[in-house]
Amino acid sequence: MTSAAHDVVVIGAGANGLVAAARLGQAGLRTLLIEREEGLGGQGRLVELAPGFRAAPLGLDPGWAPAAIARALRLDGLERHGADTALTVVVEPGLLLTLPRDAGKASEAIRTYSPNDAGKWPAFTTLLSKLAGFLEVLYQTPAPDVSASSPGDLLPMLGLLRKFRALGRRDMIEFLRTLPLSVWELLDDWFEHAPLKAAVAAGGVQDHRQGPRSGGTGFVLLHHLVGAPAGSVRGRPPWRAGPAAFTEAAARAAKRLGVTVRTGAEVSRIDVRNDRVAGVVLKNGEEIAAGAVLSTADPATTLLDWVDPVWLDPEFLHAVGNIRHRGCTGVVTYALEALPELPGLASKEALAGLVSLTPSLTSLERAADAAKYGRVSESPHVEFTVPTLLWPDLAPAGKHVLVARAQYAPYWLRDGATWDATRRDALAGSVTAAIEAAAPCFQSRIAHRTTWSPLDLEERYGLREGAPSQGELGLDQILFMRPVPGWGRHATPISGLYLGGAGTHPGPGILGGPGWLAAQRLLQDRGRR
Amino acid sequence: MLKTSPFHPRTAALVRAQTWRRWAGYQMASSYDPLPDREYAAIRSAAALLDVSPLYKYRITGRDAMRLLDRMVTRDMTKLKVGQVYYTPWCDGAGKVIDDGTVSRLGETTYRLTSADSSLRWLHMNAAGMEVAIEDLSERLGALSLQGPLSRAILSRLSAADLSALKYFRLLETTVRDIPVGISRTGYTGDLGYEIWVDASRAVALWDALIDAGTPFGITPAGVWALDIARVEAGLIMMDVDYFSAHHALIEQRKSSPFEINLGWAVAPSKGPFNGRRALAAERARGPRWSFVGLEIEWDSFERLYRAHGLPPQISNVAWRSSVPVYLGGRQVGYATSGCWSPLLKKPLALAHVQAPHFGAGTPLEIEVTVEHHRERAHAVVRKLPFFDPERKKA
Repeated sequence: MTSAAHDVVVIGAGANGLVAAARLGQAGLRTLLIEREEGLGGQGRLVELAPGFRAAPLGLDPGWAPAAIARALRLDGLERHGADTALTVVVEPGLLLTLPRDAGKASEAIRTYSPNDAGKWPAFTTLLSKLAGFLEVLYQTPAPDVSASSPGDLLPMLGLLRKFRALGRRDMIEFLRTLPLSVWELLDDWFEHAPLKAAVAAGGVQDHRQGPRSGGTGFVLLHHLVGAPAGSVRGRPPWRAGPAAFTEAAARAAKRLGVTVRTGAEVSRIDVRNDRVAGVVLKNGEEIAAGAVLSTADPATTLLDWVDPVWLDPEFLHAVGNIRHRGCTGVVTYALEALPELPGLASKEALAGLVSLTPSLTSLERAADAAKYGRVSESPHVEFTVPTLLWPDLAPAGKHVLVARAQYAPYWLRDGATWDATRRDALAGSVTAAIEAAAPCFQSRIAHRTTWSPLDLEERYGLREGAPSQGELGLDQILFMRPVPGWGRHATPISGLYLGGAGTHPGPGILGGPGWLAAQRLLQDRGRR
Repeated sequence: MLKTSPFHPRTAALVRAQTWRRWAGYQMASSYDPLPDREYAAIRSAAALLDVSPLYKYRITGRDAMRLLDRMVTRDMTKLKVGQVYYTPWCDGAGKVIDDGTVSRLGETTYRLTSADSSLRWLHMNAAGMEVAIEDLSERLGALSLQGPLSRAILSRLSAADLSALKYFRLLETTVRDIPVGISRTGYTGDLGYEIWVDASRAVALWDALIDAGTPFGITPAGVWALDIARVEAGLIMMDVDYFSAHHALIEQRKSSPFEINLGWAVAPSKGPFNGRRALAAERARGPRWSFVGLEIEWDSFERLYRAHGLPPQISNVAWRSSVPVYLGGRQVGYATSGCWSPLLKKPLALAHVQAPHFGAGTPLEIEVTVEHHRERAHAVVRKLPFFDPERKKA
């Protein structure tokens, strides 16, 4: 092995890898960022669907970037798009309900269907904002250390506790009640109109193998609302600069801060010597020496596939091996000759938001039932967006791109079946049919279709079991239990090896959040030496 | 329902006093006579035949077999040669002992592990990411221990193998009157002795052959009571008696590192990564807080305690297994976990955990003795283990 030309190697150039590398570069470390693909951006990167057509298949929700990170790294171009096109629910073909973020307007839209629900809507969205707001605080600091014994370690916990109490007595209880609740019960508490409930509930099962009746889906709903503006019920508004605005900004920052970036560099293993990281070895056999490695790949891949098991305690390995991934989302991207037309749609701008095609909680739960038994839902939950309405340059003039997410398409299929072409086509077929039902003549406008099964997501994005979450957002897999209990603070039993991907606290959709905290931990440990 | 060993058809008929006990889920003889004196005497002066089939036994094969064992146990498995046996403890990640047993290298990539407790799950957990096959042979393999100064003479009459060339902690494959067996020069008595490994289906035939050839030499079936006295004299520890497995301990304090149970010699100072390595290196540097030593109880002091009550000294024919406080100048500095009257050394002996720095050989301590319902203290002296170590063991 050659003498170390780098202090640290960061694996993966997604939002977390780019942020971590930028932070380490900023701190003066000679940082090498390696990426398996040729392009940067990870889950947020744009891919070409057909000549002239591009999209970010995993970018339906652009995610939230903590302001402190953007500020510290001076990330530019992170303004959100002004269009208020949050969510449209297809109540039945020809009958659509569009819910803007403006709670008053949304309330008016709901009134046609249920005056009761209309009256409650503003209070509901206010509550969601408040509860997600507490997670927002929690997500910008290292995971609380419940085993802390020294007063110094307890201080941050006290701070959190104070913020928690600031929620007020009623909201404190509401928060504790909502996390383990199922979205089904949460929405039954509030509303009566089925399509309205279904549209919100889909956020509680996003990339989650379980259905809306399962405990803990209340938390999943809140998680995906962290950082979203008031009035949101599904995700955050798009960036103005484009679907990949965040990773592009982070990539610019990384380069500005002296990070060396290498693409097309796939990790084969992490070299460990005497309980210490010594570097990484690439698939092509090349050895890169470094005293520290920060991996933003999922923890299971990093620790089980790349590290020789003899360096890790069997109990720890066992815990890592038991991390649930269970990818269950398929993505179908369409290159379209023309914009789809949905009868009943008030304005075509709504298609730039999220369009949800599932009209009831029951059908959402039915779709989940299939996944439970290792089958693909016959009528999957489909939601889509048309990004070309915001960014026309993603397609040739006058043409469009539609990105649809379908649940449930489980990675693990019963009887050892695999995701072959037939199964992939069947999934795409049912997604197309679902859209066609709401948008007649949709099929005739398709110029090209690309289907991404969980297996494809695994192969193309390096997502274990095709799970964009890098580890399901179960209540037992968050905070100090993410990725495994006791290791929620980005270090690993191997000194010099850090984890900073979505599989670590604070989890998926918090752009650069895990990467930032991991880089901070690495710097803190170096300072201590 | 307790299991019975493959030798049960023969041993059951011999347990005249119905002195049965449970051992790892098996119904086993504590002794065949009402008391173990004759059986113990055979261990030290002739040959005793002990059924040790309740031991857990695993066969580990495959490309990574050695890597698996090396990452699991504290001794350096890269040094174990084919035909060699290592006695070794194994630890959890914190360097606390889970179990102890033997590893035999049967072939280039074939090993056998014996343990006091079921180890299948732990083996599988350690094998994560490795190419190995782990087979539980516990019920398929019978094991007899032939121990005592005449054991070699008996085995030599039955096997064509050159047993005089079989060194201590080595093994060979041979036949005993057409019965395929493995013979290892190992045991739990600290004496000359062998353990014979046989397919359960041929177990009874092996027993008969040994009794047949051994009778002129005074071969004597012996139970756990006799073994217990011998192993105290030999200073050999027993799980669940002298220490608690880290997997069963309810509190941290009940766990022991190898250094604390006199197995520090079995922790390789420089070997590749293994469970507990970091913790054990730190403990080696720091020095252990406890040690496991022999205590020789002074006869005169012992006798005096009884005389005060108008009694002659009372000694049991059976070893004791209970926690007994050990003192220094009125302060408790440890506890004994097993002990016996040594019929050979003519002394009351104990095995004890003693806190630093009071475990040096020759340190005078006191041990609690209950005489006529009164808790008294007898003088005892720390002795290096084993108490009894005959040359023939390794010769």
